[in-house]
Amino acid sequence: MEEKYIKHRYEPILPSKNEWPVVKLARERKEFIKQVSDKSQDRILNLINSNPDLLKEELETTLYREKLRIKQNPWAVDPDDEQEFWGKVKSSLLHVNSDTKLNKSTRLKAYRDILEKITTRYSEEIASNFKHQHYKFTRSVVTFGFARLLNAARVKGFRSIFSNQFTLQDKIQITGETDQLRDLATKGTVVMVPTHFSNLDSILIGWIISVLGLPPFIYGAGLNLFNISIFAYFMNALGAYKVDRRKKNLMYLETLKTYSKEAIQFGCHSLFFPGGTRSRSGMIESKLKLGLLSTAIEAQRNNFQDEQNDISGKIFIVPVTINYHFVLEAPSLIRDHLSITGQERYYKENDEFSTSYKISKFLFKFFTKGSDISVSVGRAMDVLGNYVDQDGKSLDKHGRIIDTRDYFMSNGKITVDQQREEEYTHMLGRRIVEEFHKINRVFSSHLVAFTAFELIQAKNQKLDLFDLIRLPEEEIVIPYEEFKSACQQVYDRILELRADHQIKIAPHMKRGMEQIIAHGLDNVGMYHAKRPLLRNQSGDIVTEDISLLYFYHNRLHGYGLEKLF
Amino acid sequence: MDMASKNSSKIKQIGVVGIGSFGATIANMLAEKNQVIVYARKSEVVDEINSQHQAQGRTLNPLIKATDDPEEICEACEVLFFMVPSSGFQEVARKFAPFLHPYHLIIHGTKGLCINLPFGQTLDTMKRLRRGQLLTMSEVIQQETVAVRVGCLAGPNLSLELSQGQPAATVIASKFNEVILEGQRLLRSDRFQVYGNSDIIGVELSGVLKNIIAIAAGALAGLGLGENAKGLLISRGMVEMVHLSNALGGSVKSVIGLAGIGDLVATCNSENSRNFTVGYRLAKGETLEQIQADMEEVAEGINTVKIIKAFLETADLRAPITENLYRVLFEDLEIEEALQFLMKYPFNVDVNFV
Repeated sequence: MEEKYIKHRYEPILPSKNEWPVVKLARERKEFIKQVSDKSQDRILNLINSNPDLLKEELETTLYREKLRIKQNPWAVDPDDEQEFWGKVKSSLLHVNSDTKLNKSTRLKAYRDILEKITTRYSEEIASNFKHQHYKFTRSVVTFGFARLLNAARVKGFRSIFSNQFTLQDKIQITGETDQLRDLATKGTVVMVPTHFSNLDSILIGWIISVLGLPPFIYGAGLNLFNISIFAYFMNALGAYKVDRRKKNLMYLETLKTYSKEAIQFGCHSLFFPGGTRSRSGMIESKLKLGLLSTAIEAQRNNFQDEQNDISGKIFIVPVTINYHFVLEAPSLIRDHLSITGQERYYKENDEFSTSYKISKFLFKFFTKGSDISVSVGRAMDVLGNYVDQDGKSLDKHGRIIDTRDYFMSNGKITVDQQREEEYTHMLGRRIVEEFHKINRVFSSHLVAFTAFELIQAKNQKLDLFDLIRLPEEEIVIPYEEFKSACQQVYDRILELRADHQIKIAPHMKRGMEQIIAHGLDNVGMYHAKRPLLRNQSGDIVTEDISLLYFYHNRLHGYGLEKLF
Repeated sequence: MDMASKNSSKIKQIGVVGIGSFGATIANMLAEKNQVIVYARKSEVVDEINSQHQAQGRTLNPLIKATDDPEEICEACEVLFFMVPSSGFQEVARKFAPFLHPYHLIIHGTKGLCINLPFGQTLDTMKRLRRGQLLTMSEVIQQETVAVRVGCLAGPNLSLELSQGQPAATVIASKFNEVILEGQRLLRSDRFQVYGNSDIIGVELSGVLKNIIAIAAGALAGLGLGENAKGLLISRGMVEMVHLSNALGGSVKSVIGLAGIGDLVATCNSENSRNFTVGYRLAKGETLEQIQADMEEVAEGINTVKIIKAFLETADLRAPITENLYRVLFEDLEIEEALQFLMKYPFNVDVNFV
């Protein structure tokens, strides 16, 4: 059975933009920010038991880290008044610290005032700036611009720039449970969780959401992307709120989580990249950042507490995988991965996607030369990872309808138990990773990269990974016939896994092995200056960059395919 | 949504599933403070409990009610104690699955393993097991049912001593604090201390693996060997448990705790332990068939040895006590020979896991 790609544009599920949750949220932006700030303060006070000394400590830590960040790692997007703001925080703190007349409760009050200033500032900073006009404009630019480029490239001749023969959807294939997603988005709140390999993902997903006729999703985008004004414009237009990964202090993290949770409860469909950041190794994320994920669970419990027990209060988790033959940032991602393995904490956020020139060059290459992307949408789940039926009801493994509310019950009522919800977040994370693997689509390029790297590794068993990638590339040659038979072996195993619904394959994989290999070699990391894999003059397989080969190989990590070698 | 809220007004009852010796003991302990309802598969056992307040000769608290209807017990109770042997565990879990809800708390007291094989395969056809094909009881519950708040009960809890009211302690392990707290609330008394542990897999494995060593301890006793030999066995046995538990996903800490070393010492000294008895009688010259034929309840250790042996085929690990016990149990190796082999085995490092 051939899977059908989505080729047509869907009707919007909510035709009037005034019904879009994200538009409603933008209208009430001011009140919403206040609400986020207030609830964040409550959470922080709750965490420190309203103890003035602990609050003082947290404030001082935050101040210290912020000053350090301003000095050591300033970004273009940072507001001009940062010095001034934190200067004021410092003097207020000193003032309260030295005021001996304050008793315990007035001291707490004084510290709380400072806390309020900080959470309000953070909420403002995080909040999205959605403007419908910008959204419409961006969407047409993306669709129109991309489509023009594509036609110019594929249909020869100058006139072709006006041809409609190819649309963006020829290039980007969308498969999977799109109808269910559309349907549930009208009934409840959707949290989409895609894999993350490239900075292009944000724009890509935004475009897909619009193709599917869904109202814009809000999502946390790395603040570094806002450094580039053109990206900032796109991001704002697409409903992005800002996540600053340099800020790791308690107050910021709690405000961020509150923002996400409140937006979900508001009914805004959201998008999390649950890996937190792009997968540096090229592997499907196996350890998810659970911070934002926990907000989905918390929002669900809050909805139940507010007696929103029907589908309108239900939150659906929809995993999505994005597959590329080529990831622009692969060289720097894998370099980072290899150099930071084990010491991520001391790693400074850098920003290699930074110049508009690089991006335009990539986009041009992408549309003119052709490199397919596929997006597969998984089955919707509840916040505990149970699949849901067409009415959004959760199903257990045997297909029996169960009530998600029951997960939060004890002694017959909803209870708040942080430790329980932490555990649920871990469970949800594991389920998402499982689904990622199931809906992942194998490309020819993944197959050849995986096989080649495993063969090289098998021939150098005594070397560990780091020695292996230091092997001189010119010494690595895999005879073609050997390579082909190994590819066949991996391919056969992939087909077995597929029969067992453990993985999917792209249509270009349904040909003879010769063709699959040729297609894979043509496509794997095709625009890198040094190609991860190619055939030499005698027809054997060689590599120009083994780290890159490792990166593309990693896409098939986690299926036990290594055991074939 | 319909069934969930119904029973909140009624007084909460506690369910006990399975009424073997340990099940009966726990049911009696729970009945000191709570209303208890027990599930038994056979209707004659149910009748016996309801009319004569005893189960297969064991006296039960007269307030304990029995049923053979899984739906009834699931409706009446939010907390269930599963006290069935591992051989029947999957079946019971499947039977209960249609009536369990995510609000149920399940604590089990089974010190055995189950296997999870493709349809039509058995342990005898497979010979080799990967970790994913081998399940602890909490994993069985999570695989078969919708219950997630799952815990286990493990420790030196010989039923006979508990039923006499002798002082003892147990461990409740769960990833969920609320399960530990609920277990403590229900079971703790002046004579019974309840510890908590979040490493549920480690605690389950401690209880499971110690049965292997208990059989070996029984064998040493059956051979008439003394305390030096026992001390040697317990300490080497613990090292083996640590490595096996680690390979299966448990932490070292739990093995050193009450459920590991605590239970190991108790079982290795007790003629009341079924596993100890198996080893003892083997050393006295009986065959495994003879021993199993007249044992009232299963000795979990026998099946555990079989499963762990199959796991060792895929793991990069040696477990000399288990391997040799396997040969004694299933390949007619003489116990004396196995002992000889172990004495020659090059354990040259005393402790190699801390």
